[in-house]
Amino acid sequence: MARRAQGAEAEAKGGLLLIAPPAIYALLLLLAPLLLLVVYSFLTDGYLEIVRDFTFANYHEAWTNPLYRGVMLRSLIVSLLVTVATVLLAFPVAYFVSFHVEPSRKSTWLFLITIPFWTSYLIRVFLWKVILGYNGVLNAGLMKFGLISEPLTFLLYNTNSVVITLAHAYAPFAILPIFVALEKIDRSLLEASQDLGESRIVTFGRVTLPLAMPGVVAAVLIVFIPTIGDYVTPQLVGGPEGRMVANLIQLQYLRLDNYPLGSALAISAMGIVAVISAIFLLFTRRYLKGTK
Amino acid sequence: MKGGVFRIYTIGYLLFLYAPVVLLPIFAFNDGTVIAFPLQGFTTRWFTQMWSEPGLWPALKNSLIIAVSTAILSTVLGVLAARASTRYRFPGKAPVMGLIMLPLVLPEIIVAVSLLVVLLGIGIPLSIFTVILGHVLMTTPFAIAILTSAFQGLDRSLEEAAYDLGETPVSAFRLVILPLVMPGIISSMLISFTLSLDEFIIAFFLGGTQVTLPVYIFSQFRFPASVPVIMALGTILVALSVLLLTVAEYYRRRGIAKSGGKDTGGFL
Amino acid sequence: MIPKSPISDKPMIEFRDVHKWYGDYHALRGISATIREGEFFSLLGPSGCGKTTLLRTIAGFEGISEGVVLVDGRDMADVPANKRPTNMVFQSYAIFPHLTVAENVAFGLRRQRLPKADLAQRVEEALTMVGLKGYGARAAHALSGGQRQRVALARALILKPKVLLLDEPLSALDKKMREQMQVELIRLQRQVGITFVLVTHDQEEALVMSDRIAVMFEGEIAQLSDAETLYRRPNSRRVAEFIGTMNFLPAEVVSETEHAVEVEAQGFGRLTVTPDQVADDADTGTAVGFRPEILTLLYEGQTAADREVSATVEEVVYYGDMTYYDVRIDGTEKPIRLSARNVFGRPVFDLGMRVRVGWSPGALILFR
Repeated sequence: MARRAQGAEAEAKGGLLLIAPPAIYALLLLLAPLLLLVVYSFLTDGYLEIVRDFTFANYHEAWTNPLYRGVMLRSLIVSLLVTVATVLLAFPVAYFVSFHVEPSRKSTWLFLITIPFWTSYLIRVFLWKVILGYNGVLNAGLMKFGLISEPLTFLLYNTNSVVITLAHAYAPFAILPIFVALEKIDRSLLEASQDLGESRIVTFGRVTLPLAMPGVVAAVLIVFIPTIGDYVTPQLVGGPEGRMVANLIQLQYLRLDNYPLGSALAISAMGIVAVISAIFLLFTRRYLKGTK
Repeated sequence: MKGGVFRIYTIGYLLFLYAPVVLLPIFAFNDGTVIAFPLQGFTTRWFTQMWSEPGLWPALKNSLIIAVSTAILSTVLGVLAARASTRYRFPGKAPVMGLIMLPLVLPEIIVAVSLLVVLLGIGIPLSIFTVILGHVLMTTPFAIAILTSAFQGLDRSLEEAAYDLGETPVSAFRLVILPLVMPGIISSMLISFTLSLDEFIIAFFLGGTQVTLPVYIFSQFRFPASVPVIMALGTILVALSVLLLTVAEYYRRRGIAKSGGKDTGGFL
Repeated sequence: MIPKSPISDKPMIEFRDVHKWYGDYHALRGISATIREGEFFSLLGPSGCGKTTLLRTIAGFEGISEGVVLVDGRDMADVPANKRPTNMVFQSYAIFPHLTVAENVAFGLRRQRLPKADLAQRVEEALTMVGLKGYGARAAHALSGGQRQRVALARALILKPKVLLLDEPLSALDKKMREQMQVELIRLQRQVGITFVLVTHDQEEALVMSDRIAVMFEGEIAQLSDAETLYRRPNSRRVAEFIGTMNFLPAEVVSETEHAVEVEAQGFGRLTVTPDQVADDADTGTAVGFRPEILTLLYEGQTAADREVSATVEEVVYYGDMTYYDVRIDGTEKPIRLSARNVFGRPVFDLGMRVRVGWSPGALILFR
């Protein structure tokens, strides 16, 4: 028996040896800190130091204080809006590049799509402020063409500007997974559907879209999860009514020095995201069968 | 022209994507301190003024040190993980890979605060080094994603052929596998470098008194008078990264042509 | 034409009760066999029978769970793949895409640190041998399938291995190219005189090329013999059905002596076979088996050399030079297949026609 398992054991040993450095790195600098964050969220904030008393007070504060509750709710709504807008806007682009562009020119189109994202994120966000501001590019343009007589004020320093800026920032993260999923679709399946009597539009609904779902699901998660924790965009273009949970966390950590409450806010936000993502996966799982 | 409506839509979408980028050089060369239309005339003074900004150069130096270290470290970790996951089966593979890839979806602020808590807890002073620790954590999943596709494309029998012809596992790796995954390694380094260079939150939380380029830029936004110089700086950065990416794309395509493969997509 | 050098009796590869387990899966189940020096040996079997695994235990890519593998008299247990006197032509050819043809061929010579001129000369010789003279500077990825195959051969043979291992080397080629390469491989093996071990699932390929063939099923060698014995005297119904077509008619043994077995076979009636026509196959019931070509369709006025039966044509498959007929012999339940060469001036039989079929007891095999 000992010799039987030898091959598999040797292989496992080789694999474990290789995976050890990145795995240990992630354990020490990711898993352990996350666990410590959980621990902190149950401790009590004292003056200058943290008191080792177990308490739910931080969570109570985070979930009942109208200020924190309002910001968390807004973060969630913004994230959901951004996700829907980004994925809906991105799908036709991915579809165009995958289905209507010559194979040899696809990488050029992808290149064109990704170039804007190599501009500094901070500067990009700042420029949205320039575009959407009271004296901004958009208002100036609209006034010049006589479409409006006074600058629009609902563009900047509110939820709208945060959603527009984030939908711009996360565009490639939505386009690329959908594009990859569309590329994997065997084109003869679409011909088969039409051969069996379905129109192009019905074929899209019955064949293309279900097969592209793994990419759509990936795009949704990869946009939804990080946006809720975005700091720069609400800070620069959100104004007072556009604040999100990351700004609160930063405030608790770097300004008010209240680590336990900051941790409780961070864990709460992650928990909300995790629950919503899990529900979303539950509803879409039938499309994910047979894929990784 | 194929795909009529979709083509028009995509071009419209590209206008949306490029809108802020196009404004950048316009305001960088605009002779006015207010970043708004109408334009005030052409000037290059913001570029010359950049040279005498006191905080800029240390920040750039810090950022370069961090980005280069991050690129190397995360690519090394990425090679190990990608090789392990494509070539070997071992117990606990799925959860371990899941943990390593987690920062891909984790909000950066979570990574930043959790690391901050630990570092302060064990008394490690915040510095360039702590920023590197955080950046490697964040960029390694990207490196793994790129390198996994490079390793997956390798025919297992190429490696066996090298053993069969007398090479040891180490020399087979050097002579056969490394050259074949080299385009992936270069892509991984470039992406990690760029991500690190542009990363703000982790650097903001973990940098302590050490300021990186994004942290410097962020601090300058508070002073309207400094903003035109930042526009000039941003213009240079965009020009450099587009140049770098074009070069990388050129080598990637040449690499594909050289090994006889078919071009099926970008290097992301 | 290079005459085949006689195969010595010296064993080159010996398997002694080799077992291989993958977890609970028993991939090799006690393989014992000897491959002789200078032999063209084939491992033939359906996919999943363990033939490739067995080949890879020779190369050193698969460890074995029990038993011994000897190459040239030496136990290979502790010899890694890169130190074994064997070289392999991979199914995918495994041509290094980042190197030129010459660099691929010279790959294994790196450790010998030859002077540049010698190296170039040996590479050119190897390329000439496989018919790729002057291709050295080409990029490997620009080659066709047949050319890749030749580079893989040159790359392995330049090291003068004691054994050349070929893992389904022709399966990726089209039919014409495959037939051409079969002939070239035979010629090459005669020229270099070293032991070739070929893995294939194509019985025709094995019959054409090999001195001896081991037919494998489910991790075991079912029969090991030369091509003709394998075809004429398969030792089990399974081997018989895997190699070409074999018809079976149910039979019963009536009496048996030391020199003869008397059988009552459906359709053929009472007949006698010699003991060397008997295959002991416990897996299935007693039956007589015969190849399609040993039956003769008798035309008007023709008489059988030996014996004849009457039958009805139930299916006609026309191949140009040959026609296959499925005919049902009177008094049998299932049709049997027979083949006839199409001769000019003779009509092909039609469906439903009554025919006479000539046969001979000496060409039958009794499976029991």
